[in-house]
Amino acid sequence: MLGFRLERAPAPLWLRGFIPILAILVTFVLVSVLILAAGANPLDTFYQLLILPLTKATSRAEILVKATPLLLTGVAVAFAFASGYYNIGAEGQLYAGATVAAFLGTQLEGVSPLLAIPVMILGGFIAGALWALPSAILKVRLGVDEVVTTLLLNSVMIFFASALLNGPWRDPISNWPQSPTIAASAQFPQLFARTRIHFGFVLAILAVAALWWVFARTRFGLDVRAAGLGSEAARFMGVRVGRVMLLAALISGGVAGVAGVSEVAGTQLHLIEGISPGYGYTAIIIATLGGLTAPGVALAALFLALVDVGILSASRELGIPTYLGEIIQAMLLLVTLALLLLNRYRLRRARA
Amino acid sequence: MSVMQPVVMMQGIVKRFGALVASDHVDLDILPNEIHALLGENGAGKTTLMKILYGLYQPDEGHIVIGGQPARLASPAAAIAHGIGFVSQHFSLVPTLTVAENIVLGYEGGALLDRAAMIASVTDTEQRYGFRVDPNALVRNLSVGQQQRVEILKALYRDCRVLILDEPTAVLTPQDAESLFETLRDLQQKHLSVIIITHKLEEVMAISQRVTVLRQGRVVGRVNTAETSPPQLANLMVGRNTVIVTRNLDHQISPEVALTVDGLRASDRRGVAALRGVTFHVHAGEVVGIAGVAGNGQSELVRILNGMQVPEGGSVVVSGKPVTLGDPRALSRARVGRIPEDRLKGVVGDLNVTHNLTLERIDDYTRAGHLDHKSMRETAERLIHEYQIKAKPYDLARTLSGGNMQKIILARTLSQRPVVVIAAQPTRGLDVGATEYVHQKLLEQKERGAGVLLISEDLDEIMILSDRILVIYEGAIVGEFSAANATVEAIGLLMAGSTARQQTVEALS
Ligand SMILES: Nc1ncnc2c1ncn2[C@@H]1O[C@H](COP(=O)(O)OP(=O)(O)O)[C@@H](O)[C@H]1O
Ligand SMILES: [Mg+2]
Repeated sequence: MLGFRLERAPAPLWLRGFIPILAILVTFVLVSVLILAAGANPLDTFYQLLILPLTKATSRAEILVKATPLLLTGVAVAFAFASGYYNIGAEGQLYAGATVAAFLGTQLEGVSPLLAIPVMILGGFIAGALWALPSAILKVRLGVDEVVTTLLLNSVMIFFASALLNGPWRDPISNWPQSPTIAASAQFPQLFARTRIHFGFVLAILAVAALWWVFARTRFGLDVRAAGLGSEAARFMGVRVGRVMLLAALISGGVAGVAGVSEVAGTQLHLIEGISPGYGYTAIIIATLGGLTAPGVALAALFLALVDVGILSASRELGIPTYLGEIIQAMLLLVTLALLLLNRYRLRRARA
Repeated sequence: MSVMQPVVMMQGIVKRFGALVASDHVDLDILPNEIHALLGENGAGKTTLMKILYGLYQPDEGHIVIGGQPARLASPAAAIAHGIGFVSQHFSLVPTLTVAENIVLGYEGGALLDRAAMIASVTDTEQRYGFRVDPNALVRNLSVGQQQRVEILKALYRDCRVLILDEPTAVLTPQDAESLFETLRDLQQKHLSVIIITHKLEEVMAISQRVTVLRQGRVVGRVNTAETSPPQLANLMVGRNTVIVTRNLDHQISPEVALTVDGLRASDRRGVAALRGVTFHVHAGEVVGIAGVAGNGQSELVRILNGMQVPEGGSVVVSGKPVTLGDPRALSRARVGRIPEDRLKGVVGDLNVTHNLTLERIDDYTRAGHLDHKSMRETAERLIHEYQIKAKPYDLARTLSGGNMQKIILARTLSQRPVVVIAAQPTRGLDVGATEYVHQKLLEQKERGAGVLLISEDLDEIMILSDRILVIYEGAIVGEFSAANATVEAIGLLMAGSTARQQTVEALS
């Protein structure tokens, strides 16, 4: 009888870079089965999904609109993860930022946009950071698992926003659960005529650039990476691991909060229920797939935005359900995680 | 009387973990009815060897014969079927289940359990072997000693003929340990063979009939317990290295005290007292060695002197100034050079060599929050050259060999011209060349006037390098020798815990 056993053994370095690509390929093979089951041709579907949107100017613009919150939350999650702090709370932090933006936006009537917009951004950042604070303190001071606490706080924030929308902020005329439209001066400007691409996209690019800059150039970035890659050894060498993690968690929450501001001030112009269809969770896929690096996060966010846009046309043309897009995203995460794990093991023949 | 056939024979077992050979052509035979001790320092390869016998690891070479038949142990299930039982260092009980459920768990077929039958069969096993544990008790309500009983029962329930216990007394009070030994003697009466892993000499003497001593993965001795003594075992276990470094015997030790450790008290991770008031000092230009069998408080002492653990009491003074403990930065600022016990806790494997060489003094390379990559690289290149590190500045640290990783730590630490060097197991797992290099570097530090504290399980290393030797046993310094009158025999006896005062007097006279 020949058996196989898994044993721990570090994989060669070169393999790591290939994991995202491998994950995408494996995912598409798995998804093909579902597409066949839905009665469509996988090759047609992938054409509709991945190629067609890139050929049309309108859908190219739509991809960038979709990518805006994904880039911001992706950067937020990647930064926290890099420090070894597993922030699963970007969704709630985004809602915190969006809620504060919806409030501030109505108060800034008549103020110059040059002041109003920075106030919106700063307010959203602070809101997101504050919403990240309790979990971060519990983690650093008492060692309470942040995965659980940040996840729980998501529901709290989403229900809080919902309560506002169904209570004090409910539109008195339409009776619709949506906050009043924010002042014109607080609205993000459009970047190009006849597209929905807005100033939030500039913020997203700045966030990616900042992520790169911090990791490549700054002392703080090195501290963050050291803490995340080996907290014990980092502490031994004098890195204040707890402090670094706390700061990374707050910045992460802040950037996720800005994603909320960008959705309110750039696309919706008021707070609505479901303003985020789970960007904060998709961000976990983006950060993981992107290997916690700035270029990786940028590519992963654009790719998932492409899938988001492409699935609509694929669904229209081929009659496959739109939730296939979500299946692809979820599967990408699972496959990436599985590959990262397998990366640490090696198959060995059992012998006596 | 006929020659007894061994119940288990392991022949020529080799197990490699990457470049490390954890088992190096090991032969082991276990006789019917014997209690066989497997003795060796931490990292000698005892657990690895037993995990191979239990089917948890596959050997790279060699074979296993059980009851006269070649056996293929591809999994623990196969080992259990061959009558092997294993109680690991870390229990694998489910705290929220009852004793009986834990014992039966994973063994009885079928999805549904017949409760009454289960209790009956567990009770039957208990009676057969004379155990008294309530099968209905929840495991989480049991003491550690009782939980260990349940682990043993679990093995017996599966009809084991050879019971392996991995450092069973490490978690027990002396009283519990004594009663465990009673149990083992009972099992021996009932025709079981027992393999007990330990690094405590007095346990070997108390319980076993034969001893196999492992060192660096190799069998270095096999003796009948009745024909050996603790000092002989200590010698075998600690062994002799043939590394020769030349010590400058004319070197003058300064009267100035570099390091004073006063009354340190600490507990280990289980909350058991690990340091019971450790006091000593190291002069500038002196190497003080701390000898002892692993697990007598060395790790805690090192962690405290590294700033990684806060002691429960006591103080540390470096060149006349008290140091804040529990803060690695404070030790670093006081110019204490730290070589940690575990290399992997001293370098971040996924950062590159440059970062690992500069992170401890990163303030020197920071301008307005930004890193000065150019001067970091220059430092790295200089240290790589000076310390002959076989690596490029941007290689990830984890791709380096153990010797080169240790050189990173040495380079980072010693280039800061420390006043005190804490060298913990500085050559563990290194080859002869790298070992010699580390020894040379430590002696250089002493000659330039640093006080060097060497904590090592390698007695030869301590004998070669130290001007003064302290022996630690059960968290206290139990003896002191000057280099001139230290002998392996006298130190070995103290390490083994024999009456301390008498020995010291003899050795010093
Ligand atoms: N799974 C593993 N992977 C890599 N190295 C290992 C593994 N298990 C043990 N080792 C190494 O093998 C050596 C022997 O370890 P072990 O058998 O646990 O020693 P002991 O039980 O005698 O203290 C050590 O150097 C240890 O670090
Ligand atoms: Mg062991």
